[in-house]
Amino acid sequence: MPHISLSNLTIAYGNHQVLQDITVDIPDGQITAIIGPSGCGKTTLLKTLNRLVDLYEEIRVEGEVRIDGVNIYDPKADLLALRKKVGFLSQKPYPLPMSIHDNITFGPRIHRMNRKELLDQIRELEKHIPIDSLCPDGRQKGTRFRKNPEMDYLVEYYLRLAGLWDEVQERLHDPATQLSIGQQQRLALARALAVEPEVILADEPTSALDPISAQLIEKQFKILKNHYTIVVVTHILRQARRIADYVIFLYLGELVEHGPAKQFFNSPRDERTRAYISGEIS
Amino acid sequence: MIASITLVLCVLAGILIVIVMRGASSLNLAMFTQTPEGGYYLGKGGGIANAIVGSLYLAFGASLLSFLFGLPIAFALQKEYLGRRLARMTRLSLDILWGTPSIVYGAFGFIIMVYLGLRASLLGGIITLSLLMLPIMIRSIEEVIRMTPPELKEISYALGTTRIETTLTVVLRQALPGIVTGVLLAFGRGIGDAASILFTAGYTDYIPRSLFDPVASLPLAVFFQVATPIPEVQQRAYASALILLVIVLLVSIISRLLSQRVSRHIVR
Repeated sequence: MPHISLSNLTIAYGNHQVLQDITVDIPDGQITAIIGPSGCGKTTLLKTLNRLVDLYEEIRVEGEVRIDGVNIYDPKADLLALRKKVGFLSQKPYPLPMSIHDNITFGPRIHRMNRKELLDQIRELEKHIPIDSLCPDGRQKGTRFRKNPEMDYLVEYYLRLAGLWDEVQERLHDPATQLSIGQQQRLALARALAVEPEVILADEPTSALDPISAQLIEKQFKILKNHYTIVVVTHILRQARRIADYVIFLYLGELVEHGPAKQFFNSPRDERTRAYISGEIS
Repeated sequence: MIASITLVLCVLAGILIVIVMRGASSLNLAMFTQTPEGGYYLGKGGGIANAIVGSLYLAFGASLLSFLFGLPIAFALQKEYLGRRLARMTRLSLDILWGTPSIVYGAFGFIIMVYLGLRASLLGGIITLSLLMLPIMIRSIEEVIRMTPPELKEISYALGTTRIETTLTVVLRQALPGIVTGVLLAFGRGIGDAASILFTAGYTDYIPRSLFDPVASLPLAVFFQVATPIPEVQQRAYASALILLVIVLLVSIISRLLSQRVSRHIVR
């Protein structure tokens, strides 16, 4: 399990400082929610954890982000290995321009995993989350596993893990764009899981979804947190209450308060946290 | 507004009617299968097989050549590769090239060929024509590549891909319909161009046997044959014009159908 630890992290776009001097540890194997009003730097903080902020121009990152003891902003750090280790879900789901099946296999194909590696990956994961635990109605052994049974099994496993298999098993080779937006977000989850990350970052993953799809995503997160470290950005306070084990509250680029969810919501220490939770500020 | 639309439509209809009427009456099997007898400028018999085949050779050759160079350039214009400033300057120069009259390309090609001691030939025509097609192809493909949602690339990078992997898997697929359209647009422009190949490809009664033979073409078949006093020769010119028109029309229809077919997976 990776240990994510931020120390004195300061981020600026050009002259505009977005995050100031953030120091916090993100607990392993739990759901951590980053909350705060719009424009307080939640998404930027999230995207520093897999260095997606590198894509933005004129960005300056100071301080350290350590994952497994490695400072990921060290010039010698392996960017691709980091991004493989840290999965990402965007606010609006974007299917890749290919079939549902190929969306899932995209990661393993890019990382050129051979059959044995695929099988090992799934076996390892199945020790924690067996496939039968993901199919309450029992699993029908399909006859479609022919050409590349390992890859097909991987596709089925991750689609089940994302709670999408039952809806798409008959049309795996249709374009992913034909799925509803709620299904697309679960597809994005399955696609991110297929590269077997240790951390999942999610940027307001339910904000574009209808309530039922949002509920499905939350349900999957609760299943996944036993095996993954999940960091969710949300501006919905009730969502944070529902799913978070640990909460980080940002206000105007400043880390105001962080702590276990129970303590955070029941006895906030900072005046601003209290005001935000009670709805006085937003 | 209505008056101007009517005027434009009338002109278009006029062109079509003249070409189709004059051209259709001179079309026969021999036009497609035979080369001109007794010289294209004076001979009364034969057809324009030399020009049809020549034009197809030229246009396919030049499309292939400019595609091989154009696609990587179009990809490189993304900000991940060239950066914003250099990309903007490249775009500007391509736009200037796009606007350059094709006779300038012809003259440029001719000077180079004289310098290298080459005769007017299929190869010379293909190279000059591809210079003309290159900016059209690059700019129209690149325009579509730039429409790729940045979030889509972000998703791909987040899965641990390099920029070249993202370009070749995600961006390529997303831009595929645009690539098809861009190639065929350039093809249509290239096959109809007369000035760039006037000096560089030459004209001949025969179908070229190698890249170094001169080659006939449909636009030049019209140019050389329409102004003669001999009606049989004039007929060959009108037939050439009609065939050229049909080819361009077909290319545009194929381009629509193809880009519809390959846009199944496009993310909007």
